[in-house]
Amino acid sequence: MPLLEVRNLEKNYKDGDTETPALRGVSFTIESGEFLAIMGPSGSGKSTLLHILGLLDKQSSGEYLFDKKGWDDYEEDEISHIRNKKMGFVFQAFNLLPRTTVFENVELPLLYSDVPESSWKKRTLDAIEAVGLSHRAYYESSQLSGGERQRVAIARALVRDPQIIFADEPTGNLDSKSGGVIMKILRELNESQNHTIVLITHETYTAEHTKRIIRLMDGKMVSDEPVQKRRSINDHNLK
Amino acid sequence: MTFRHSLKTALRGLKTNKSRSALTILGIVIGITAIILIMSMGQGAQDLILGQIQGLGSKTIVVIPGREPRGPSDAAQIFSDSLKERDIEALTRTENVPTLKQLMPIIFGGQTASYLGETYRLTIFGASEFISEMFDLFPEEGLFFGENEIRGRANVVVIGSKVKEELFGTDEALGKVIKIKDRSFRVIGILPKKGQVSFFNFDEAAIVPYTTAQQYVFGIKYFHRFIIEADTEKDIPDTVRDIELTLRDTHGITDPSKDDFFVETQADLANRLGVITSVLTLFLVSVAAISLLVGGIGIMNIMFVSVTERTREIGLRKAIGATNHDILMQFLLEAILLTAIGGVIGILLGAMFAFTAAIILTNVVGLNWTFTFPIYAALLGLGISTLIGLTFGLYPARQAARKDPIEALRYE
Repeated sequence: MPLLEVRNLEKNYKDGDTETPALRGVSFTIESGEFLAIMGPSGSGKSTLLHILGLLDKQSSGEYLFDKKGWDDYEEDEISHIRNKKMGFVFQAFNLLPRTTVFENVELPLLYSDVPESSWKKRTLDAIEAVGLSHRAYYESSQLSGGERQRVAIARALVRDPQIIFADEPTGNLDSKSGGVIMKILRELNESQNHTIVLITHETYTAEHTKRIIRLMDGKMVSDEPVQKRRSINDHNLK
Repeated sequence: MTFRHSLKTALRGLKTNKSRSALTILGIVIGITAIILIMSMGQGAQDLILGQIQGLGSKTIVVIPGREPRGPSDAAQIFSDSLKERDIEALTRTENVPTLKQLMPIIFGGQTASYLGETYRLTIFGASEFISEMFDLFPEEGLFFGENEIRGRANVVVIGSKVKEELFGTDEALGKVIKIKDRSFRVIGILPKKGQVSFFNFDEAAIVPYTTAQQYVFGIKYFHRFIIEADTEKDIPDTVRDIELTLRDTHGITDPSKDDFFVETQADLANRLGVITSVLTLFLVSVAAISLLVGGIGIMNIMFVSVTERTREIGLRKAIGATNHDILMQFLLEAILLTAIGGVIGILLGAMFAFTAAIILTNVVGLNWTFTFPIYAALLGLGISTLIGLTFGLYPARQAARKDPIEALRYE
């Protein structure tokens, strides 16, 4: 049973009288434990697709089932709870709260959860440790480098132990070295802890860290294939 | 999200923008300060006035000539010469007003007194010796006049401490002759310094027998007031009724609405002055309330700026599971916390100013003013400021809650 099922998905944006199609019939499934990249140039519809997969937006037509249920099966607040409990988000611009410590940023999703408060501290510190930032736990986010900030964002996505992590251009604002570290962390989360991760990127070398690549062009899927050459030279340098 | 965490989140939001928060609540602080100050001062004024009325004695009834004023158009006193000598005779007859213990007619007015080239503008009271008992006025030198002087229209005067000082300086005054309206009066008594007693300042007054005052000082045949004392406090309603019936009888009035006099008890006076101070306080408070309105609009303005500025934060919170309600609560609580903090500061400042004012009024102006801080004013201030936060914070908070997470995350 796939974790996530997309059938003939379409999305149109209305701007006054003109309708702009962003997705024109996309179909695929994602199993639990996959590590997948959605690639495409800007305007290909990859961000739109990720927003629909993350239940941040609703498709115009077609079907999207997450954990066997679609948008219409939920109340509005339930969708918030699903995002909180079962999904983690990592953004290109990190989106950490300003003048706030690493700990507080990572703890944030727990504030909106029903997780008992007694376990918050341990969960938060565990998530920070998982991205290797324990020594920075009480630093303010403004004192961190870009790569470290994105690791904080990953820890924030991990803190509720979600079924799937969506990453929107996670390395887009980073230099290649920091980007490599982020990709290594994501891959480790996938390989050793079996987290399902879907990321979007327009960089081939970022996408090649994953195990499967879906390519989009003008709102249509042009390819869906596993990554052949898993171990790159670049990767060895990082180890 | 639990309420406790919503509160924490809101507090953290305010802390990250400290100086802006402080400026925002300034309007609320000023408004609440003004309200607390006015309410405290209003209460103080009321206490002061009631204290002075109580100084008159609880068994005191005042008969005033003219029709009782019933509204602004009725202010002109008509029939103001209606209280005459024959009314005294009628009222003091036991069969007419059995519970009457004392009756003192009073006339008063401004006059100039002089002694050896020194002149002084003072208030002349024409009264009987009962005035000394009533206002606790006992000469520190000399004596008060008595019934013989009243009957004989004697040219004698009891002067206040300020009058003595102005006319005689440090010289001996007792037994000297002063001129009031070209007539000579012998000083038979000097009053000690008293200050303000029941609205009158006897330090700046001279008291002469009422018969003398009528004939030689003012040249009139009527009285300005009858001051009557009942046997006991319980007898007051009966006494008032008997006075009214007797006066109507002697004045030939059958329709009570055509009365050419009115009777006022101490309770009436207290009520009337209480209403005046309350209306005045209310008026001033509503003026201060305008500043709260302005402050509230300021809060709304800043909340809108804050919501726009934190669009990405709102988008992120929604993406990681905040419901619309969570966002609404966060921003609404920020607004309420802001105004409530402003309210508390305003209450403290208002109380401080009122206390300072009380000290000045007591020590510099010399009033018998007591500092009062009405608890209901503090509760009102806190309630109003919280309500302002709720009212003016709701609209911006709703706008924050309705933001589309994708749009919000993309916002630059």
